Amino acid sequence: MQMTSETLRVAARSDAPPSAASDTESPLHIHGLTVSYGDSPAIFSVDANIEPASMTAIIGPNGAGKSTLLKAALGIVPRLSGTISIFGKPLNEARRRIAYVPQRASVDWDFPARVIDVVMMGLYRELGLLHFVTKKHHDKAHACLDRVGMSDFAERQIGQLSGGQQQRVFLARALAQNSDLYLLDEPLAGVDAATERTIIDVLKSLKAESRTIVCVHHDLATITDYFDHVLLINKTRIAQGPVETAFTAENLISTYGGRLATAHIDQLSLPAA
Amino acid sequence: MGADFVQLSLTPLLMGVLASVACALPGNFLILRRQALIGDAISHVVLPGIVVAFLLTGAISTWPMMLGAAGAAVAAVVMIEAIKRLGRIEPGAAMGVSFTTLFAFGVLLLEQSDTSTVHLDVEHALYGNLESLIWFAAEDWSSLADPAALANLPPELGRIAFVTLIIIAGLALFWRPLEISTFDEAYANSIGIPTGALSFGLVVAAAIAAVAAFDAVGSIIVIAMFICPPAAARLMTNRLDRQIAWSVVFAALSAILGYVFAGYGPLWFGAENAVSAAGMIATVSGVILGLACLFAPHRSRIAAPAEAGAQS
Repeated sequence: MQMTSETLRVAARSDAPPSAASDTESPLHIHGLTVSYGDSPAIFSVDANIEPASMTAIIGPNGAGKSTLLKAALGIVPRLSGTISIFGKPLNEARRRIAYVPQRASVDWDFPARVIDVVMMGLYRELGLLHFVTKKHHDKAHACLDRVGMSDFAERQIGQLSGGQQQRVFLARALAQNSDLYLLDEPLAGVDAATERTIIDVLKSLKAESRTIVCVHHDLATITDYFDHVLLINKTRIAQGPVETAFTAENLISTYGGRLATAHIDQLSLPAA
Repeated sequence: MGADFVQLSLTPLLMGVLASVACALPGNFLILRRQALIGDAISHVVLPGIVVAFLLTGAISTWPMMLGAAGAAVAAVVMIEAIKRLGRIEPGAAMGVSFTTLFAFGVLLLEQSDTSTVHLDVEHALYGNLESLIWFAAEDWSSLADPAALANLPPELGRIAFVTLIIIAGLALFWRPLEISTFDEAYANSIGIPTGALSFGLVVAAAIAAVAAFDAVGSIIVIAMFICPPAAARLMTNRLDRQIAWSVVFAALSAILGYVFAGYGPLWFGAENAVSAAGMIATVSGVILGLACLFAPHRSRIAAPAEAGAQS
């Protein structure tokens, strides 16, 4: 039942949305986004414009509103103001082009499901309410598992996986959606080194297929290795742009304030200004 | 096992099985969503709703009772929200306060009103009147093929059968979105599943099951069946579809064993009278849960990774 990643690429190509590579519209354009939990705004009037086929890290201190930004962009939390457009269209017309990977800790992994069941959830758009699962769907799901190196675990209950393995299952579910825009919330938080390598490889291969990746990310030391764009936020947008121009000591200090010691900044492999 | 059984025991048995299954099915999802208390709350607030409906119409009839129960459920939800927001109390406590208060209010109303002419008192609210669902028109097994006799089946049976069918159909239709939104609500939202409507629908299904089961089997069975069979079933398997199947088996088993034990058990121990079937059914479901905790294959999921690793 195991498929090589080559077969997968063929399978993925054959039904890729026709518009996948030909877009000039921004995959994700956010204008004046404000979200509030209770009295104080979680994010305030944030603008962001994600480049097609880019790999963007959203960074900022704890409580800066990074996850909230993703959730508001997806309509999961209500926004007070602002507009979202996905490939130039309103959210509800473009949902099928987005794959979202929530934080691993946001779900109960004791849920009675096997790894393959979770990946199948990524095929919901194809399956709808009543379509039967056929061999085609199974092959697709297995191919996605194979791509994240988890095909041996298909029958395993999800609670019996390590944190890194669970994160890879979440990524496999997103792969099954075969989308153009991937929004991931801390996909590398608390995972082992092998998983980090696998996830980054998969994300880079998605980018090579002209898909767009946006990750909430917490490890400043790996930004220059993994990403080509950054969005720095702390309630408001501090800076956005290619890593070379936006990921600067100055912007980091504006974002993190005193929490980021200057000594720490010196250790980061910042792009030469 | 002839005419007597068909006339006296068949209807209560079927009623018990159907009521148990109707409650256990939505109970699976309520438990997985950590909302088991909602089932508890619904089964309690049904009482004041039904009493108010009776006081307004002066008769025990289905639709006013259903509406009364639905009205009480809405009142309870509003009350829970109000307590949560105004009192800044955590949801579980707000729910607990609301449904015990409303149930107590229902008991008071019941005591103050003249319900002596109908089957509506505190005892029935708790235990129902399972044993009184006698199929007078039945002669023996052949009555099952006799339209005239079938027409005289107690109406509660038809009602609960209809409700059970509706719940099974709804579950089959919305299986995938229910599974996805129960496991990962944010993800379900991101792919456009209307999670708010689904979770409202689930509570409505639970409320319908509770109301349909209430007048025949009482609130004890309803509360027990929302929780015990699904909780025991979760310990039997790590797959959702199998968990649902196990919960149906456990619910039906509780109903059948409970009914038999209640009718004959005390006699085996030399006692004179049978005990309440509803009470015994709920007890059996608790015993099944206890046994599942002790012996079921997936009871200790913390230790599972090592074991699973050794197998593969």
